[in-house]
Amino acid sequence: MEEVASLMQGFSIALTPYNLALMFIGIVLGVIIGVLPGLGGANGVAILLPLTFTMPPTSAIIMLSCIYWGALFGGAITSILFNIPGEPWSVATTFDGHPMARKGQADEALTAAFTSSFVGAFVAVVVITFLAPIIARFALKFGPAEFFSVFFLTFASFVGMGRGSPWKTVAAMALGFALAAVGMDGVTGQLRMTFGYDQLLNGFDFLIAVIGLFGIGEILSSMEDGLKFQGSQAKLRLRVVLTTWKKLLAYWSTSIRSCIIGCWMGITPGGATPASFMSYGLAKRISPRGNNFGKGEIEGVVAPETAAHAAGTSALLPMLTLGIPGSPTAAVLLGGLLIWGLQPGPLLFVEQKEFVWGLIASMYLGNIVGLIVVLTCVPFFAAILRVPFSIIAPVILVICAIGAYTVNNNMFDVWMMLVFGVVGYVFNKLQYPLAPLVLAIVLGDKAEESFRQSMLLSQGSLNIFWANPLVASIMTLGLLMLLWPLASSLRARFGASRSATA
Amino acid sequence: MHEQGDATDEPALVSNRVMEIVVALLLLGVSAIIITDSVRLGIGWAEGEGPRAGYFPFYIAVVLGTASIAILLKAVMGKGEGLSEAFVSRPAFMRVITVLLPAIAYVGAVQFLGIYAASAAFILFFMIFVGGESVLRAICVGLAVPVFFFFMFEKWFLVPLPKGPIEALLGY
Repeated sequence: MEEVASLMQGFSIALTPYNLALMFIGIVLGVIIGVLPGLGGANGVAILLPLTFTMPPTSAIIMLSCIYWGALFGGAITSILFNIPGEPWSVATTFDGHPMARKGQADEALTAAFTSSFVGAFVAVVVITFLAPIIARFALKFGPAEFFSVFFLTFASFVGMGRGSPWKTVAAMALGFALAAVGMDGVTGQLRMTFGYDQLLNGFDFLIAVIGLFGIGEILSSMEDGLKFQGSQAKLRLRVVLTTWKKLLAYWSTSIRSCIIGCWMGITPGGATPASFMSYGLAKRISPRGNNFGKGEIEGVVAPETAAHAAGTSALLPMLTLGIPGSPTAAVLLGGLLIWGLQPGPLLFVEQKEFVWGLIASMYLGNIVGLIVVLTCVPFFAAILRVPFSIIAPVILVICAIGAYTVNNNMFDVWMMLVFGVVGYVFNKLQYPLAPLVLAIVLGDKAEESFRQSMLLSQGSLNIFWANPLVASIMTLGLLMLLWPLASSLRARFGASRSATA
Repeated sequence: MHEQGDATDEPALVSNRVMEIVVALLLLGVSAIIITDSVRLGIGWAEGEGPRAGYFPFYIAVVLGTASIAILLKAVMGKGEGLSEAFVSRPAFMRVITVLLPAIAYVGAVQFLGIYAASAAFILFFMIFVGGESVLRAICVGLAVPVFFFFMFEKWFLVPLPKGPIEALLGY
């Protein structure tokens, strides 16, 4: 039980008053970010990243990851009270959460959402605690081919697990890789696709892309519906919290199932959003009250929220152990690690023990703090939503601009932010997925590097990806993921024609 | 362009189908640019060195091109849900423009006025002319936000942001 000892040591690092205060600030900021339109986990963390450079890395990552937990919690508030999913992964929560609120059960729905979020995240942290050191130890033996196969699986998962058109997923991803390739080539030193513009020498910073795509893009989308915005009151009474908790115990099987789905989707980067939909769909099919789903069934809140948080949290596992983030926010945190001079990957567990276990311990504490904060402060957060959009919109735009500037102290980045904002707006409306685009910008260089190194080792033969059972099985899994949409569309067509003739 | 199916009964400015085609063509263009530049850098194998610089981007661009052609064909043939629906209605597009144009002006102004003064001006303009808020309220928010950020960045976190003539006048 080496992990338990390390974890205890982690707690002693995380449990200083300074770090606890940062946790609290992070959670509150995170919920606010999750509640406000135009700010979300990914771009919120991206904007605040430069402010943490002066802090010790452990404290900084504790605060930033707490912002992430807070944003995960915050998404549920807007979904339930206003039918506006603050985050993509809370869309499934609106299906039953908002009908419950309309029936006057908002407090029950909120309690269910927060508690399930907590359960999902908690299970995922336990998984991280015990699985991460094993994976890290295992990954120490990884060569470039193995790493490339994991990258391949990551991106194939987006195609296989995505809900929209697989071609659009592929296009978004390829665009991300292309943007990542801009600038100086790390191997040969040649300039790629800069076309003589000095600003492009260092390529596109994915933090700018995140701020533009998610922040500005969302402001533009919100503007479409105009500035009118209906707010409503919300209160949470202790009595309701306790009775809801008692009720939730009956849904233990849904919780366990959703945790498994969430952890799986978070580790193999499907992400929180598909996890929440998948969990909701399964719960609807399995539950004896499945027919009531969509009309305000508490189980329909439990399932997506548990899965979304389990996925959102476990997305940090591949980020820490392999250096491959499972979600855009995990990618931003990874960017932070690099800036602090910490190289994510298997060696992190050997060389930066204190940092890793401090972070893992802070995940436990952060989620407990988070649950308490959201349960007690719902009226405050709902009040933020009553601030008119005509105030929120310009202020958020200013925050995004400042955030974009501080990434590299560069005005060109602020212009790029606007460009990415328009791209995000259009892509969103046409249902091009943004997460694979962002991850491709982050991972592009590394994926290319591992691919080129593998090719060097094998002298150009693709056989290296099937050279040993490990790499072969990851690649095969990736290929299956890639072909999944094709197979299911064929099945749908075949099935449809058969039912038509019958 | 009078497309059916716009839920809000506002006239459609452009349909999803047209936008799908436009975006697919743009992506195809991007792919073509990358292929051209990759070919310039060399997409083959350098003896003794390994893959050339254009090797990886070339195949990425091929994938991007293939995907955009597939999306293009689907849109042209009219396959897919909601293609005939409005991408954006005229009034909605005007509302988007009312935030996008001031935002562009704002970023342009940052270079001359510094980020704090430009932010104040942008918030004031937006709240009064776009949001229709009262002037007093606009002045409160428009001044409070930049002042707060000034202290946060310049004083507490020591992250210098672009400053202009007004800050210079105040001695910063």
